[in-house]
Amino acid sequence: MATIVVDNQPYQVHPDQSLLAACLGLGLDLPYFCWHPALGSVGACRQCAVKQFRDEKDTRGRLVMACMTPVAEGIRISIDHPEAVEFRAGIIEGLMQSHPHDCPVCDEGGECHLQDMTVMTGHAYRRYEFAKRTFRNQDLGPFVAHEMNRCIQCYRCVRYYREYAGEYDLNAFSLRNQVYFGRSEDGVLESEFAGNLVEICPTGVFTDKTLKRHYTRKWDLQMAPSVCVHCGLGCNITVGERYGTIRRIVNRYNGDVNGYFLCDRGRFGYEFVNRPERIRRPLLARDGALVPLTAEEALKRLGMLLASASGMIGIGSPRASLEANFALRKLVGAGHFFAGVGEREHRLVGLGLEILRKGPARTPSLAEIEKCDAALVLGEDLTNVAPRMALALRQGTRQQPMELARQKGIADWQDDHVREVAQDERGPLVIATPNQTRLDSIATTFRGSPDDLALFGFAVARAIERSSQAPLEDSARHEQALINETARALASAKRPLVVAGISLASESMLQAAAKVAWALAKSNPQSAISLATPEANTLGLAMMEAPALESAAQTIREGSADTVIVLENNLYRRADSRLADDVLKRAKHVVVLDFLPSETTAVAELVLPAGTFGESDGTFVNNEGRAQRFLQAFVPEEPVLESWRWLARAMAASDRGEGAAWKNLDDVLGAMVSALPVFGPVRDAAPDSGYRMAGAKIPREPHRYSGRTAMLANINVNEPKPPDDPDSPLAFSMEGAPKEPPGALIPFFWSPGWNSIQATNKFQSEIAGPLKGGNPGARLIEPPSLTVPRQPADTGETTLLLRGPEPPAGVCLAVPLYHIFGSEELSSWAPAVRELVPKPYVALNPEDAQALGLAEGQIVRVAVATSSPPGQSKDGKEFSLALKLASGLASGLVGLPAGLPDFREPTMPAWVTISKAS
Amino acid sequence: MLSLLRTFWEILKHTFRRRLTVQYPEEKPYLAPRWRGRIILSRDPDGEERCVACYLCAVACPVDCISLQATEDKNGRRYPEFFRINFSRCIFCGFCEEACPTYAIQLTPDFEMGEYKRQNLVYEKEDLLISGPGKYPGYNFWRVAGVEIGGKGKGDAEREDPPTDVRSLLP
Ligand code: SF4
Ligand code: SF4
Ligand code: SF4
Ligand code: SF4
Ligand code: FES
Repeated sequence: MATIVVDNQPYQVHPDQSLLAACLGLGLDLPYFCWHPALGSVGACRQCAVKQFRDEKDTRGRLVMACMTPVAEGIRISIDHPEAVEFRAGIIEGLMQSHPHDCPVCDEGGECHLQDMTVMTGHAYRRYEFAKRTFRNQDLGPFVAHEMNRCIQCYRCVRYYREYAGEYDLNAFSLRNQVYFGRSEDGVLESEFAGNLVEICPTGVFTDKTLKRHYTRKWDLQMAPSVCVHCGLGCNITVGERYGTIRRIVNRYNGDVNGYFLCDRGRFGYEFVNRPERIRRPLLARDGALVPLTAEEALKRLGMLLASASGMIGIGSPRASLEANFALRKLVGAGHFFAGVGEREHRLVGLGLEILRKGPARTPSLAEIEKCDAALVLGEDLTNVAPRMALALRQGTRQQPMELARQKGIADWQDDHVREVAQDERGPLVIATPNQTRLDSIATTFRGSPDDLALFGFAVARAIERSSQAPLEDSARHEQALINETARALASAKRPLVVAGISLASESMLQAAAKVAWALAKSNPQSAISLATPEANTLGLAMMEAPALESAAQTIREGSADTVIVLENNLYRRADSRLADDVLKRAKHVVVLDFLPSETTAVAELVLPAGTFGESDGTFVNNEGRAQRFLQAFVPEEPVLESWRWLARAMAASDRGEGAAWKNLDDVLGAMVSALPVFGPVRDAAPDSGYRMAGAKIPREPHRYSGRTAMLANINVNEPKPPDDPDSPLAFSMEGAPKEPPGALIPFFWSPGWNSIQATNKFQSEIAGPLKGGNPGARLIEPPSLTVPRQPADTGETTLLLRGPEPPAGVCLAVPLYHIFGSEELSSWAPAVRELVPKPYVALNPEDAQALGLAEGQIVRVAVATSSPPGQSKDGKEFSLALKLASGLASGLVGLPAGLPDFREPTMPAWVTISKAS
Repeated sequence: MLSLLRTFWEILKHTFRRRLTVQYPEEKPYLAPRWRGRIILSRDPDGEERCVACYLCAVACPVDCISLQATEDKNGRRYPEFFRINFSRCIFCGFCEEACPTYAIQLTPDFEMGEYKRQNLVYEKEDLLISGPGKYPGYNFWRVAGVEIGGKGKGDAEREDPPTDVRSLLP
């Protein structure tokens, strides 16, 4: 700790930060533009000027940039010195010379850092009388709007986009006072993380294009802390609602998880909630059509169904909350509850869970991944499967070059200097996947079939073990050289990381990853293993240890149940349609709770309208085993209800189980924790509903929320009482404690004078550190550390063979190719995301295509060979698809897109034959 | 006795004074143009809706009786999709008019809004929008704003240079 003196007040601060960060961390107001906690300092905007004095006697002092001056013991500065104040006002005046008269029609207005800083510096009157310079805008795709006139040339956008996110199609052009930030021509921004520009840009140049379609000011949004539902990483988000629809998603800082950034799927996928297709009323199948019912009728009907059922089963879902899954388990009984995933995924996730639990390598949080200085990725195309992790790994590759800078005495936050030292240096990242990935440009790559990749992993594990005895000899064989290089890089790293997942459905790949982690952990306790999980609650569902869909089908086939209750799940996406039919069509009664129509709701007898993440409270368990609470942002129009409430009411309607007495989320959690002790820490994920701040609930609406007495006046001039919230300490109101709530309950970041998202600074215990009171979330998995060396179970493989088994002649292996926009079910409903979903295709390596006499765009017949590997009995499918040449695809493989909205791919990997369509 | 007479005298004197009572409603009082009564939404000199749906009036309103939703036409011109004032709540403070950056919302010298049913005091855009510029002729926000709308491109606003040519390196 160092003592600094600010305006004659001594303060204790951390020494390894800039003065600006220190001042902001102390809660002092000091304007800035070009600095960002995640990007560091470059000293470009000159907005953060303060006076620095030599000692007590020095009265003249000198102006310095706070963001470029390191904290030093005894340093004396003044923020309020008239000269500093005048200097900062002058800077703003300069920046505002050509600023357009746009605030009323600018989407940033009301949460604009430029507005805040202008007010803070006191610049109020325009003296510049000449003409303003103007720019033309560009069309940057469906997510980000562009209005260049508003730019203040702080360079934050390009620094984030190019240096942090590693994409190069956004740049600074031209010169002098005409510097232009955009692309060389109109077109969709290539980065999957471009949406963060909306928050990075301190002005209204880059704004959320999806918000524009239903524009609402921040002060008018009813907001709540939530968790992203579009992959398994569980990034924290803030949901904003107005007039019953979700208006936008912004990042919710969690120092352990997503930090300051989200991916575009997470930020722009929310519009599925607002779709007109939403199921908004209970529906009953009658004469081949679904007719609407009232909630009472539906519950009565459900009660009758349950009473008359001769055996019923419940099918849970990895996209539903723990509470909803548990409520279903309670309704049908633990022995009749099945995980809503196929046997294969069930096995893979189970294995993954075992690996994480056993350790000794620990599974890191996303923030820890950013600190990993060497990484091996086995099989996962992270940008398309677990996007935010790809961004974290990218930062990991900067760790070793940063070490060079540290040795030269340069602090990490001195961004420009660090980059000057590091140049293009990157730490080791090895990516072994079937197809090229978006991280390839900073990685060493290895291509092959899933088996090849697993073998590669095993070979690396062995090489690491060998390297602990003797240095690895160089090898002339390319593959062996790569294996040795990988092993060396991982073994010599401070915090090595192995990443794998289930996207290629290969158990041996998971085992290989575990072996590598194991080999590393023997000599380095900092070694880590991270597994990407596909859905928001994949791991949570797995921890309930319910059997897979195949067992559910078995139960129905045996006739021991005739009623099925499906929770937020489309079984036809999970399994072979024959298996889904076995469950759904053989059962006499099918009840489905969901929010959007699907093949499953189409065959249901009774459909209940479930609430989406914005309309429910619950808990998800992310890939790291972190339980995170998401809170309801708004009360949907009746009779839409959160799933666990429907199920509790169903229990009441049929006199079943203690669930009938559940009044709120705490009751469900209490019952869950006592039934399933593994979920013990889940209650700590957020304070319970009885929590109060200064005796009051925490308001979801900013204190400037407008229109309360007019919003609903068209329906009835007498304003209704705001709805109660029995489930959380938050209120659907603007009244409540004006204090900073604990991390898990922050509905939005706002602080007096700080209307933009930069107010996050005020909620952290130190800049870019944890939120005050700790980052939210409770970890359920902590492996025992390695005290006694244990031997992993030997999986039997030992060959160094780097080719999988040869396929039969004329048959190739089809592997799934994932798309950040398209492969995930819910986000594909969002119109903006839908624009970027690719059309179904078949991908081949150009050489393979040439050998088959096929050309790009040609229609190709793909037939799933009946001799597919065991357990892959897709319905003998045939597809006619346009050929896409993928130069990065390993030769001998065929790529088919996974999970696209209008395309049911075969279960992969599968053997397929390829021929010209006649 | 004396006091009684004085009373009669006073009354007699008043008979010749100027009358202060106004025979409302037959006779209308004079109200200054800045009088704060019934709120209207005005149009710009080109006859287009002035309101740009910025929500500033709504947020300034101390009783929160204004609600609206912004939308855009295909040329990027923003306007309110609906605009509602609940006059049964309005206290005619005029903050909304003060907050409005476009002179769209104005209070008028009209107070004759009595209703038997409170619901009738909820005014929608159709009830609020008038056909002229109200108290402030001449001003058109879009002529000074930097955004493009149909018929006005970049650099066409008042005191704007033509758009920069990003590809030119000439000074
Ligand atoms: S576009 Fe935004 S972030 Fe980029 S330089 Fe301009 S003001 Fe800064
Ligand atoms: S990385 Fe996953 S959890 Fe994070 S924002 Fe993207 S989709 Fe959501
Ligand atoms: S006059 Fe005052 S109370 Fe009435 S709408 Fe305007 S701001 Fe609200
Ligand atoms: S302040 Fe003026 S321009 Fe803005 S919404 Fe209200 S009436 Fe419209
Ligand atoms: S924030 Fe310090 S110079 Fe920009």
